[in-house]
Amino acid sequence: MLKLEKRPQPSKAWVWLAPVVAVIATMIAGGALFALLGKDPLVAIRTIFWDPLFSEFAFFYRPQLLVKGAPLVLIAIGLSLGFRAGIWNIGAEGQYIVGALCGAGVGLAFYPMEGWFIFPLMVMAGALGGWAWAMIPAVLKVKFGTNEILVSLMLVYVAEQLLASMALGLMKNPEGFGFPGSRNLQQYPSAHNAELIAGSGMHWGVVAAMVAVIFAYVLMTRHILGFHIRLTGEAPRAARFAGVNPGRLVLICLGLAGALAGLAGMFEVSGPAGRVSIDFNVGYGFTAIIVAFLGRLHPLGILMAGLLMALTYIGGEIAQSRLGLPAAAIQMFQGMLLFFLLAVDVMTNYRLRLTWREVA
Amino acid sequence: MDLSSINPILLLASLMVAATPLLLAAVGELVVEKAGVLNLGVEGMMITGAICGFAIAVNTGNPLLGVLAAAAGGAVLSLLFALLTQVALANQVASGLGLTLFGLGLSALIGQGYQGIRPPSFPRLNIPGLSDMPVLGRILFSHDLMVYLGLIIVTAVWFMLKYTRAGLILRAVGENHEAAHALGYKVVRIRMMAILFGGACAGMGGAYISLIRVPQWTEGMTAGIGWIALALVVFASWKPWRVLLGAYLFGGVTVIQLNLQAAGVAIPVEYLAMSPYLITILVLVIMSADKSSAPASLGRIFHASR
Repeated sequence: MLKLEKRPQPSKAWVWLAPVVAVIATMIAGGALFALLGKDPLVAIRTIFWDPLFSEFAFFYRPQLLVKGAPLVLIAIGLSLGFRAGIWNIGAEGQYIVGALCGAGVGLAFYPMEGWFIFPLMVMAGALGGWAWAMIPAVLKVKFGTNEILVSLMLVYVAEQLLASMALGLMKNPEGFGFPGSRNLQQYPSAHNAELIAGSGMHWGVVAAMVAVIFAYVLMTRHILGFHIRLTGEAPRAARFAGVNPGRLVLICLGLAGALAGLAGMFEVSGPAGRVSIDFNVGYGFTAIIVAFLGRLHPLGILMAGLLMALTYIGGEIAQSRLGLPAAAIQMFQGMLLFFLLAVDVMTNYRLRLTWREVA
Repeated sequence: MDLSSINPILLLASLMVAATPLLLAAVGELVVEKAGVLNLGVEGMMITGAICGFAIAVNTGNPLLGVLAAAAGGAVLSLLFALLTQVALANQVASGLGLTLFGLGLSALIGQGYQGIRPPSFPRLNIPGLSDMPVLGRILFSHDLMVYLGLIIVTAVWFMLKYTRAGLILRAVGENHEAAHALGYKVVRIRMMAILFGGACAGMGGAYISLIRVPQWTEGMTAGIGWIALALVVFASWKPWRVLLGAYLFGGVTVIQLNLQAAGVAIPVEYLAMSPYLITILVLVIMSADKSSAPASLGRIFHASR
């Protein structure tokens, strides 16, 4: 019978092979799912993974890759720092919402004044908002030892209610004929996160995502803080002896993750989304968890995983309109990807051995 | 605002109804955590149970079959988690999150054709004499069967954990899996069974929401109740009776909040709707001072090397 044997060192090859195997396995299982729904699996897979990049209408979809990928990468980079240290912030969705509310709030407060300083102020407000929202679980964890998983998640629901209250009340467009939702920031030049190169999908959020990737790479490989984060994740006791302050690490990791998620929300509300509305958040904060794991919690891996996940979003939308594939199918597809990755990952730390005798 | 429109008897009666899904999910998760496994996928299993139960109840016209299907649906989904964490030795936190994301997608997919349908109504208990008692009859003895099933499961779990050999073994596995393994207990098999039980309970809890409490199907309708159930286990310090207490407390908060909304209190609806989540956080903060009662092997991966 087959038996697992622990490897002395995690396999370097499998660390990077696992995501590839997981993606292929997801395509096969997803194809089977689409076949069950009565769609041609090959056409569905091609529509999701190939058409957004290489079909005749690809010029229309390619910019979307950056628009959808940027928030995912920004959030996932922040999450990966904490995940590396065993700090589980799963409330990025809430931090994303609060960042967007703070950013948009600053922008709307200045309306209709024009000035170069408004957008930078909004960026700062967005980051601060996300940071503050993430500080709630962080401080509670450090002060009282409260579980950060549950607190950060509860705050997502609180943030969603806050968003609804803002869209219906304080931030409602006074010229909106009573409809919920704020003024459109796309029509307010000083606050608009416009495309930097027309038709490319490149906006300030994409730039921020790139900077975050480089920053995280340097932090994790060259800086003492990155070393402390990895040490805490791999050997918490050793980290304690090495003088790592676990409370400080919680505050830094959650704070950075919150600030990046807040930035992502702020760039989204002032650019692609344009306004604060009840259904502003579309689950980037949760998908980013998958992105972080798929990218092996490594900045460059996250960049690639973020683009792949953005591709499934766009491909999913195309498949929805062209093949009538339900929107939920693509959500399930993304969940499946995380499952396969976790399952395949066993090969990174263990190897299979054939044995004859059953071990109790 | 008219607080006199709130009827205290109906309030207490609806408290028991509001607490039941939480109670079912939390007591299932309690058994899972007592076995040393942290399954964060409660929300995903609940929503899957909600739609499985709803679909079967609508198609067969029998709500009891729906509840059974919900338990099966939740258990099948939890089997995925069991395979990942017990066989493939994956990280339990990540696997649980994956289970929730997957369950939300799966339920939305199954539930496409079921929006706006009313499920067959659930039979209410009617005990002549008891149900007709003036105040207590309405509060305690005129609910649907599921309310009592929840109470029976809590009692059974309490008895099993405290007084039976099976309960002792389950706790041993959760406290120290190496020692339990050395004594010859099949750690993986016991944990698998605990996870399946937790999945079935969460599934039934979900079905209670879609079949009785709402009763309708909408995407993402469990709205964090699975996560509150997880918090409840911490609140209860892993003790079944305190799960019951906690479930009624949270049920009470939900019901009072809804009643205040209906009575037209000056606080905006959104802020009232936040309150169950905020109170959960508050309770977690108070309870997290005492960590001694958590099972010692909670969340740790077991790999039999010898």
